[in-house]
Amino acid sequence: MSNAAPTVASVVSAGTDTSASATVEFRSLRRSFGATTALDGLELTVQPGELLALLGPSGCGKTTALRMVAGFETPDSGAVLVDGEDITRIPAHRRDAGMVFQSYSLFPHLNARDNVAFGMRMRKTPTAERRKRADELLELVGLPQYGDRYPHQLSGGQQQRIALARALALRPRVLLLDEPLSALDAKVRLTLREEIRRLQQELRITTLFVTHDQEEALSMADRVAVMHAGRLEQCATPAELYARPATAFVAEFVGTMNRLAGRIGDDTGTVEVLGQRVPVDGSPAAATPHTDVDVLVRPENLVLEAQGGGGAIVSGSTFLGAVTRLSVQLPDGTVLKADLSTHDAAALPAGTGVTVRLPERPVLVDRRTV
Amino acid sequence: MAGVTTALSNLTEPQPAEVLAGAGRRKPRRFGRAAVLVICGVYFAVPLLATLLFTVDNGNQGFSLSAYSDIFSVAGLWPALQLSLELAAATIVVVFLLLIPAVIAVRLGGQRLRMVVEITCTLPLVVPSIALTAGFSTVLRWGADNLASTPFFQTLNDIQDPNFPVVLLLAYVVMALPLAYRTLDAGMRVLDVRTLLEAAQNNGAGRLRAIVTVILPNLRGALLNTALLTLALVLGEFTVASILGFTPFAVWIVNGNSAGQGPVTVAVSIVSLLLTWALLLVVSMTAGRRRGAPADPA
Repeated sequence: MSNAAPTVASVVSAGTDTSASATVEFRSLRRSFGATTALDGLELTVQPGELLALLGPSGCGKTTALRMVAGFETPDSGAVLVDGEDITRIPAHRRDAGMVFQSYSLFPHLNARDNVAFGMRMRKTPTAERRKRADELLELVGLPQYGDRYPHQLSGGQQQRIALARALALRPRVLLLDEPLSALDAKVRLTLREEIRRLQQELRITTLFVTHDQEEALSMADRVAVMHAGRLEQCATPAELYARPATAFVAEFVGTMNRLAGRIGDDTGTVEVLGQRVPVDGSPAAATPHTDVDVLVRPENLVLEAQGGGGAIVSGSTFLGAVTRLSVQLPDGTVLKADLSTHDAAALPAGTGVTVRLPERPVLVDRRTV
Repeated sequence: MAGVTTALSNLTEPQPAEVLAGAGRRKPRRFGRAAVLVICGVYFAVPLLATLLFTVDNGNQGFSLSAYSDIFSVAGLWPALQLSLELAAATIVVVFLLLIPAVIAVRLGGQRLRMVVEITCTLPLVVPSIALTAGFSTVLRWGADNLASTPFFQTLNDIQDPNFPVVLLLAYVVMALPLAYRTLDAGMRVLDVRTLLEAAQNNGAGRLRAIVTVILPNLRGALLNTALLTLALVLGEFTVASILGFTPFAVWIVNGNSAGQGPVTVAVSIVSLLLTWALLLVVSMTAGRRRGAPADPA
């Protein structure tokens, strides 16, 4: 947004009550569409003022969960609570949740100002008041001069900003964002996600943000809930999710992960991998002594030494800026990815024999697939 | 560098011989298009001009506009026109009431619902008017024979009231369905109906209010087109009305011709044709116009 950022005072005057953010609870939500299970007992609590991202692949149930808060889907069983009140059966138009949709959802026959004021018109707010508030909200999203423009006269990013202003117009206790950036180009997407985060933090409004883009989720959210096949895999801060993934799915969905052949030691607390014995992170239920497993290691956690004794060979490299990602082929044919500083990677051109080591820190193991 | 530039320009700029060859190739295509346009124009214009000539060529007296001035005094025209307009208005209302919810349901529902509605609405296209009329006549005769002693007999009489024959309204609604459905569906297709409805509901509008305040205003062009096509259909419909024994506009024109009022009735036809065209032009201009400047590239 090109204009100067509005102050919190102007936000309050725009009619958005910063103290009204709510707790949202999903209680044992189940929902099936024919033979497909979209939600399989989802349990999750969103704290007041928090931005929680629902992250997962297509079909994992994240949008279904969001639409249940909006009132567009009804669960087969379970409940949605807002500040302890069961809203599961309340119709969509009586809920206290503003929503921004993935596709541009502005009403084509109304200009930007009237789009923002639409909800106030439905609630019979006097014309002068709703016009004033609409103008303030347009200023809040950085488009004060675009009030008379129609949706077809606005770019995608501008339309989503207007949609955000419209979602905030009714002072909702919960803001729902259903992949609002996915239809935008990369540059606009980056700008808008920063603006959404800034607004959310200023307003302290409880926000649920659905995305399949892990970078978006990790950069914007206070916490990220990773979903898979209708279930919650893990809900944690971005840093914790990345550093200590609870399951192999989370580990591989968030960031890049190598799978290495390993074998559980005499007890289930250690694993042998690359000729080393390293501690196992957590206590995997499937692991029993002396069973073959996969060891999950991030590229930045591999250590490469330029000695051919290990039998591994650098087979390629990808320049990523400050970091270069090397492809390393092990003697058994497995190809690993290892991230090194670009300066260090320059010393290991393709064809260099290397030894691969793991640092002495706990690793995640999973049942053998390689 | 200059050499490179020259070489590139040689590669990219068409040579005079190619230009001439291209122009030579384009000429027959242009000629073909013009020929098609001329043939189509003649096909449409000649009958109309002949009709126009018939209304202004007054035999031995030569050119005369009396057929047009007689429109205001000829017997039976205005009641027939009034009946047709009333039937058209009622048909438009019933078609809207039937089709708008149906088309929205198709947009929100699954593929199966779409097939059912499409087949139902397209079916009248393959039923000739004469067959439809025969069906109506049979039902009405059966009713007269079998319902005389029941309370339904009065209803049967009421729907055949010559002042406003509901039976014609029913027939016209059926006949208008194919065109009306296609037009409304085409208008609806450019809208993301589900998202717009959900956005309206999210902003506090109930389902019905969301349809009225968000969907219908965005269907203005399609609604106008549907209304106009239905109006044209009702104004021009002859078979059903004539066989069932009613005298709306089209039947009056044919009867007038038979009764020796040829030039006046044909003049009425031309005026109604021009009015319909003018309305169509206004509708297409209104529906096609978009407000304001194009979007910013940013």
